[in-house]
Amino acid sequence: MRILVIEDDPVLSNGLQVGLGLSGATVDRVETCVDARAALATSGFDAVVLDIMLPDGSGLDVLREMRKAGDCTPVLLLTALDETPDRIRGLDSGADDYLGKPFDLDELAARVRAIARRNSGRAAPVMILGGLVVEPSSLSATLDGSVLTLSRREFAVLSTLMERPGTIRSKTEIEDRLYGWQEEIESNAVEVHIHNLRGKVGRETIETVRGLGYRMRMTP
Amino acid sequence: MMSLRKRLFVILVAATSLIWLCAVVWIYIGSRSELEHVLDTRLQEAARMVHSLVGRDNMAASAAIVPAPATTPEMASYERQLSCQIWSLDGRLMARSSGAPDAKLAENVDGFSDRVVDGELWRVYTIEDQEKGVRVMVGDRIGLRDRLVNDLIFGLMAPALLIVPLLGLLIWVSLGRGLRPLDVMADALRNRDADDMRPIDTGRTLPEVRLLTDALNGLFGKVEAARRHERETTAFAAHELRTPLAGLKTQAQIALTAKDAGVRENALSQILVSVDRTTRLVRQLLTLARLEAENRVANNTSSAAAELLTEIINAAAPLPANIGVEIDPALAKLMLTGERESWLLALRNLHENAIHHMPGGGVISWHATPDGKSVMVLDDGPGIPNDEIDQVTQRFYRGRHKSASGTGLGLTIVEIAAKRVGAKLLLENRTTQTGLQAALIFPYAVSRSP
Repeated sequence: MRILVIEDDPVLSNGLQVGLGLSGATVDRVETCVDARAALATSGFDAVVLDIMLPDGSGLDVLREMRKAGDCTPVLLLTALDETPDRIRGLDSGADDYLGKPFDLDELAARVRAIARRNSGRAAPVMILGGLVVEPSSLSATLDGSVLTLSRREFAVLSTLMERPGTIRSKTEIEDRLYGWQEEIESNAVEVHIHNLRGKVGRETIETVRGLGYRMRMTP
Repeated sequence: MMSLRKRLFVILVAATSLIWLCAVVWIYIGSRSELEHVLDTRLQEAARMVHSLVGRDNMAASAAIVPAPATTPEMASYERQLSCQIWSLDGRLMARSSGAPDAKLAENVDGFSDRVVDGELWRVYTIEDQEKGVRVMVGDRIGLRDRLVNDLIFGLMAPALLIVPLLGLLIWVSLGRGLRPLDVMADALRNRDADDMRPIDTGRTLPEVRLLTDALNGLFGKVEAARRHERETTAFAAHELRTPLAGLKTQAQIALTAKDAGVRENALSQILVSVDRTTRLVRQLLTLARLEAENRVANNTSSAAAELLTEIINAAAPLPANIGVEIDPALAKLMLTGERESWLLALRNLHENAIHHMPGGGVISWHATPDGKSVMVLDDGPGIPNDEIDQVTQRFYRGRHKSASGTGLGLTIVEIAAKRVGAKLLLENRTTQTGLQAALIFPYAVSRSP
């Protein structure tokens, strides 16, 4: 899961990057409205964590612009202004959720997972395909009841594919989920992760669609 | 203090009574002299009448008049007011009216005279007729005259004495009605909540009361503005504190849950950074609160700018290695007049502001302007975008070039502290290079120490 954090306080922003990273997300962070617009225009995110009071304007303006442009990326507003009218204004501006500062890191991660899940059209917190069960909240996966040992990256690839089983995910799409801006993308990294995953969940479960990408096989 | 109603009542009743009293005195004096005149004329006429009746023939008959017992003024009604005596020129009482005393009413003088007869004061008119050989004396008692005047005045006073309490009652009730708008306003104010600062409705109030309501509304406005400012500051402060608290909590949770030592260490060092910053924020907030609460005090002590700067630099934490400070020698002679504490605050915050905006290092240079009317600091930081330069002194305004450690309060404090010593803060971007030029300008002539 790739998340954009728009927050100007360096300590908090660092905390969000590291903290959400611990729960399996890849986090990019920006500090201003201008940078946020640029980031949203160039990369796709599964969720956005947005502060309202930014140095060069209001986060609500960024949110309204996103919604006006038809960007449906789920947005969680994270702000010190958490009186009821502020919450209402935020939600009515197009936010999917609202959390007042200070907050609990685990709660924030759960809320981000929830809005991202809803956006991908799922309501259930676990993703099930045949005997394969993936649980993003605990970063765990089981196959026919036995626990799979997956690296963080492998888990991210599996989650991406499991979000919409049967839908083809391109290599770049998967790379986007795995790496933030600062991270160097190793060539064939995706291929390596897929290879390792196949060894754990079964060769036939992940199908290669030549020239397009990968998908989960619906009926193995 | 006496209520307005009582006060007006006493004044009005006293004034009315005084006017009544003046009127009574005037009437008394006026009636008295008029009455004297009328009664004197009557005496004269009566004397003439008696005199014309007295002839040589009836003198014998006159002598036969039996002396009547004398009457006292108390007993005497107005009927027997006049007393008449006819004396022969040789001093014999020839006749007298009933009620007239036996004693001679007057000396042997013609015309009017006053005389005490049997302990009573009489007013007498005497006609002496040498031809008839008689002296006719007609008199009345002054006591009776006094009674007449007194009766007249009492007749006038009696209704007045009755009317005065009635008038008082009327005044009291009228005052109550007249002062009703004040009561209505007082009631409206009394029933207000403590935080109800809406202006009083002046639509239907009287012009005199409106002066008061306008003044009150003005005061309400001021109180409301002060309270709004306070609320905003508190809200801002709460907001500004919540972000570092959120950062602290997040980093603490990371430190608790992270298994990787590197991640944990990083989180702990972030916590330290955040605690330092929050401490500074709280300190600035307290300074600001103190500055705003204190009244400006007149203070004519003066301190050399260079001495204040040295004190600030010595008291602060050691400068980062990449930052240098230059102090213009002219500052040693530049005397800053006014409360020393405020000058220290203004200069210290400018100094810290410069440090915070030069994370890449540079030189902070302090100057005195040649006209000796301002102290100026130049830094090598990024400066302030021109569209923000007017806003940076607003509390918590941090702008696009904000420093990581800034609180958004430093320049606000500088501005308020400068105002306390009568100086003005002027911020400009440097023209020759990037950086900020901040000047504290004071209007007074600077005394240069020798």
